[in-house]
Amino acid sequence: MSDTTHSDNQAPIEPLLKVRHLSTRFKTDRGVLTAIDDVSFDLAPGETLGIVGESGCGKTVTSKSVMRLLPDHLTIYGDDSEIMYKDLNLVRASAGEMRKIRGDKIAMIFQEPMTALNPVFTIGWQLDETLKYHTDLNKRQRRERVIEMLRLVEIPNPEQRVKEYPHQLSGGMRQRVMIAIALSCEPDILIADEPTTALDVTIQAQILDLMNGLKRKFNTSIMLITHDLGVVATVCDRVMVMYAGRVIESGSVGEIFHNPQHPYTKALLESIPKHGRKRADGRLPTIPGIVPSLWELPEGCRFEARCKYSDSDRCIHQEPELRPGLSDRPVRCHYALGSPDERPVNLTASAAEGAAG
Amino acid sequence: MWGFIARKLIYNVPVYLGIILIVMLALRVQDPTLMKLGKNATPAQIESVSKSMGLDQPFVIQYFELLKNVVTFDFQEESWSHGGKSVGEMLKSSIPMSLAITVPTLGLSAIIGVCIALVAAYYRGRAVDRVLMIVAVLGMSISYLVYIIFGQFFGAFLPRQALGGENWPFEITGYGPLFLGEGATPMNWVSFYMLPVIIGLIVSLGYDTRFYRAVMVEESSRDYITTALAKGASKPKVIFVHMLKNAMIPIITRVMSTLPFLITGAVLMEIYFKIPGMGFQLINALTNLDFPVIQGFVAVLAAMFILTVIATDVLYALVDPRVRLS
Ligand SMILES: Nc1ncnc2c1ncn2[C@@H]1O[C@H](COP(=O)(O)OP(=O)(O)OP(=O)(O)O)[C@@H](O)[C@H]1O
Ligand SMILES: [Mg+2]
Repeated sequence: MSDTTHSDNQAPIEPLLKVRHLSTRFKTDRGVLTAIDDVSFDLAPGETLGIVGESGCGKTVTSKSVMRLLPDHLTIYGDDSEIMYKDLNLVRASAGEMRKIRGDKIAMIFQEPMTALNPVFTIGWQLDETLKYHTDLNKRQRRERVIEMLRLVEIPNPEQRVKEYPHQLSGGMRQRVMIAIALSCEPDILIADEPTTALDVTIQAQILDLMNGLKRKFNTSIMLITHDLGVVATVCDRVMVMYAGRVIESGSVGEIFHNPQHPYTKALLESIPKHGRKRADGRLPTIPGIVPSLWELPEGCRFEARCKYSDSDRCIHQEPELRPGLSDRPVRCHYALGSPDERPVNLTASAAEGAAG
Repeated sequence: MWGFIARKLIYNVPVYLGIILIVMLALRVQDPTLMKLGKNATPAQIESVSKSMGLDQPFVIQYFELLKNVVTFDFQEESWSHGGKSVGEMLKSSIPMSLAITVPTLGLSAIIGVCIALVAAYYRGRAVDRVLMIVAVLGMSISYLVYIIFGQFFGAFLPRQALGGENWPFEITGYGPLFLGEGATPMNWVSFYMLPVIIGLIVSLGYDTRFYRAVMVEESSRDYITTALAKGASKPKVIFVHMLKNAMIPIITRVMSTLPFLITGAVLMEIYFKIPGMGFQLINALTNLDFPVIQGFVAVLAAMFILTVIATDVLYALVDPRVRLS
């Protein structure tokens, strides 16, 4: 025992989830679409990893790939794609193996609490279902557990609530029920896909608080998907920034917020609404331009067309690798900010921004 | 629940009263006795016919008479074209005959249609699904009459000729003693109703399967399905528990909305197989200007229609908790 403790102290903690070269493609009427391309990341025990990026950059596809919730017959995973949970590669796991993991080891909550629960079954039934699949508890024990979980997520009157249907609950309450369902088997990993986007601002804070508290209690790792960097700053340990299906930068929250190395990360940070950050015309700064379509990706850097710093053929014609930049953090830019290669802001590009804005 | 049913009944009473009022007025736009007896009828004839139907009474009295008949299900008036038979007797003999065709057709079509739709939705986009849907469209694109005529010819006439009448269960036309009551055997149902039911099934299955498949496909893309899968539910659990209970809402709507149509819609079948069900009797009465039969049958059909509407609401409330509150 003491030996392993000793070696643990020296070696870095073994990650709970190791994602390597994850590429997810969809068969569509127009042909095969690569939604995410060569995504790699680790999730350590007890860690909260934020995945951020604009709409359509592949956050949901990444998380659903981990759960294998994408339609099997339309989804192709890359040959060298690996999602290692313990010793099991989830990309190649059988349907039976995945069923044992879903809800028990890895659980998920979704963006729309209004539609994520089944409208025709009671709250109690829906909580009980997960316990039925993954535990040996008898009916009475499961009922106790259901009530206990509802109490944990701070739903008043749980004995009464179990008999109610989703439509009798507010959005915030439903999201609490979703959290209760997700955590009822004490999973190792909780994937939360924009869990607060659909809620009121005050409710958002409550739900995030709740998730944070329960994460400590159960020592759960969380993959938190959001496009709200404010949320990331308050709850995450590490952040992975995605753009058009690619990881473009990752690092600790402190590093990303204080020292963004990719121009896209920097632009995202500048778009966070804060007091005194409004522009002269009263509008929030946004990133000019749009994410390129996955069907017509540029030959070079995917962010090139919107990048303030780009002015080289290299940016246009050669896609940068994800390589260690400053302080060894991976960044996908030829001219990472803060590195010796950093380039000045391109005046023509920023003039274009002025015109666009 | 009982309160809910009571409320629905009360809401629908004025609707029914309105329907009866309109039907009675429409049937009296032209004097039914004159229509029946023609221009040369003697005043005495007219008077006796009018009296037998109570047509000489004030309209209000006639209105309440008819309502009383419906509520007590007691129609004493005699048919004008079937001498000596009361409307009540005709109703009592024809309703079970119509139901003997429509209920099995409707029930089987819904059950088989839902099962095929589940299989198709399960294998959505793959060969099984495609083949099933092509068969469904083929089934839909052939006319009712073709099925009836082919069904009668190949299903009854030919085999009877080849094997002899005793060795083949399906009769070509006509009806024997009912499958209920004296001297009845279940074989009577097979002889007189099974072939029409099979034909009705073939006709409606195409439509039903396509409709139910669309329902299943729509339900299968809902968020709660992803949630169920994320909880570790197996695919059969997701389909037969989560999806099917939600799909019950459109399924009930469809079954119940075709029910009143089927009560009269089996009329083609009744005519071709010469089964004196409600549709058959009503058509006959219309051609013979048999006023008492028309009025009685229409009043009963309207009541059946209202009852299916209420039954639909009750079934909704049973499967969908959101309906119960409102
Ligand atoms: N089943 C599918 N078939 C085809 N394309 C898909 C499918 N699912 C997702 N995509 C595509 O993959 C891309 C990434 O989508 P994804 O939902 O992961 O974005 P996201 O980052 O979660 O965005 P948002 O913030 O809007 O939720 C999108 O362009 C989307 O159109
Ligand atoms: Mg998403």
